[in-house]
Amino acid sequence: MSEAEKLPRAERQRVNEVERTPAAMDERKRAGTMYRTSYDDWSREDKEALFEKVTADLRHEDFMYGCYECGICVAACPSARFYDFSPRRIAQAVGREDVDLFFEQLNDDVWDCSQCFSCNRCPRENSPGGLITIMREVAVTEGLESAESALEGYERVIYKIMSTGTQVSPDMIQPEAFPDWGPTAVEESEHMQEWRKAIPPETMHTTDTAWAVSDRTIAEMFLIWHETDVIDMLEDIDPGVHMILTDMMEDKIEAL
Amino acid sequence: MSKTQRRQTQKEKRQAEDIRDELWELDEKGEIEVLPVPEPYREVERKDGKVKKIPLEGLWHHKSCGQCGHIPGYSTSIFWLARELGYDYYDPKDQTSCTGWNYYASATSNEAAQAGVALRNFGQAKKDGYYPLIHCGTSYGHYKEVREQVVHHEETRDKVREIMDKLGHDLVMPEEIVHYSEWTHAVREEIADNLEYDLSEITACVHPACHYYKIVEDDAIYDPDVYGGNRTATVTALLQEIGANVEDYSTWYDCCGFGFRHILVERDYTRSFATQRKIERMKEEADPDVTITHDTGCVTTLDQSQWVTGEVHGRNVGVPVMSEAQFAALAMGAHPYKVCQLHWHNTDYKPLLEKMGIDHEEAWEEFEVEVDEIERGDKEYMTWDDV
Repeated sequence: MSEAEKLPRAERQRVNEVERTPAAMDERKRAGTMYRTSYDDWSREDKEALFEKVTADLRHEDFMYGCYECGICVAACPSARFYDFSPRRIAQAVGREDVDLFFEQLNDDVWDCSQCFSCNRCPRENSPGGLITIMREVAVTEGLESAESALEGYERVIYKIMSTGTQVSPDMIQPEAFPDWGPTAVEESEHMQEWRKAIPPETMHTTDTAWAVSDRTIAEMFLIWHETDVIDMLEDIDPGVHMILTDMMEDKIEAL
Repeated sequence: MSKTQRRQTQKEKRQAEDIRDELWELDEKGEIEVLPVPEPYREVERKDGKVKKIPLEGLWHHKSCGQCGHIPGYSTSIFWLARELGYDYYDPKDQTSCTGWNYYASATSNEAAQAGVALRNFGQAKKDGYYPLIHCGTSYGHYKEVREQVVHHEETRDKVREIMDKLGHDLVMPEEIVHYSEWTHAVREEIADNLEYDLSEITACVHPACHYYKIVEDDAIYDPDVYGGNRTATVTALLQEIGANVEDYSTWYDCCGFGFRHILVERDYTRSFATQRKIERMKEEADPDVTITHDTGCVTTLDQSQWVTGEVHGRNVGVPVMSEAQFAALAMGAHPYKVCQLHWHNTDYKPLLEKMGIDHEEAWEEFEVEVDEIERGDKEYMTWDDV
């Protein structure tokens, strides 16, 4: 814990007198003055700014109505059975505006969620899973190290979906990538070319995409990524993929 | 009024409304164009008791990346059923995935982008003169979530309209978002009329797919005669119609363990959940010959998780897994390898085929003849004429 964090709450707030707006946080991020190495290095103001980004999202009001701690979401949650994770605590942290707990969850718990939305059976119609979707987006957009760590190994999938419009492809089935799939993965990878040709629909003879996607359609998808700033979300989280996709997109969008 | 009261009021207002009515109102105002369900269609009952129209033909098959990529017999069986039952369809190349798998896995997206992807696909379907039929459960659930956002968030609607203008697409939303398993549900009597095999000795467990009925629940299909209307009737009603024995198990509400991010980079969780909460419970409580489900991730997770948990950890597994489209196609006489492509599945399905009366050895020899011809260069691809 930093010296500042050991101070009483009121004193901490006085010490950390910085502007508490998302725009101000963006400015500190650009200037490189925002701490991002551990929970304790973050000022309360920066945590509050992250919280505001979540609550300012258009979906927030659809996902959070107020929690009365019945625990139905926890009983239904698959991740709660295998991780130290609770959708109820997510809803409560957001509902009570407990930014310290929220910040811990933003860096940890949110990546345990299965996004199955079993928690949507909430009698108050909260969606802890939906809140987590927004929280993850904020974690990615802000380039949190915890998000980078959670997505380690996932980069090739981000590249695949954003560059081809299909999330997984047949040629991803390699024994080293799927050792737990056993002999089936070995056999599929060995026979990939001829087995893919032995599928009746003509759109599915591909190996590097799930089906044949037209060039025009991929270019249209690129324009969507560009217009909605999705590509910029990758800048901190995976600069390599960001650079490749940016280069790839420019020409195709211009040709539209 | 407090913030919580305001949200509660908004929620109650929305519950009283039918999103389709709101869509038609936006259509009248020129804000969005509703793509009407084409005739012929069948009417089915939704969870909220309202009627949902399920179109039968003229369908733009919105494919699933997980199905086409890793379970190709899933998509092929859906197409095969349409061909066998004589319903016209279109298999587009001008289609992207919904990109929902990535949205729920990595969050490297946002509301406007997801809506843009959805409405570009819908706009293309309109251009092609067909009506979208969604193969993937996640795409189906996600598109219904997108529909709510496009209708209720003017800012999102305006942003997507701006993008569609640049792309030359109309801002189109289908009157109903329809999942393929709702289509198989609607044509289940025709499937039953065309059976080649008797299924009365086959016991099946059903895994209802989370994203089919949990993300946006109101318009999933329910039937008072199936589980007393307490869970979705899709899949189960079809299995009952074609004469299989559907056995229940206690963890039916649990997800499969797919996890979106987990299936790709944290599979120990996925395997543990799929084995311990689903397959082992089914084995102990129902001992099924097959597990049937209706979504991409569920087939992958429940099928592919069993090899290592059985071989290495000695768990009580060994239940073949497939979609209801593949199972129905098999029952109608579809080729187990040329059409249902069961060689891409992991858990041993041959005992099931034997119990159904299907000669899988002969079928494999027939498939290998096709593969040999491709390898020799005698033919470039296998076609529908070959099956």
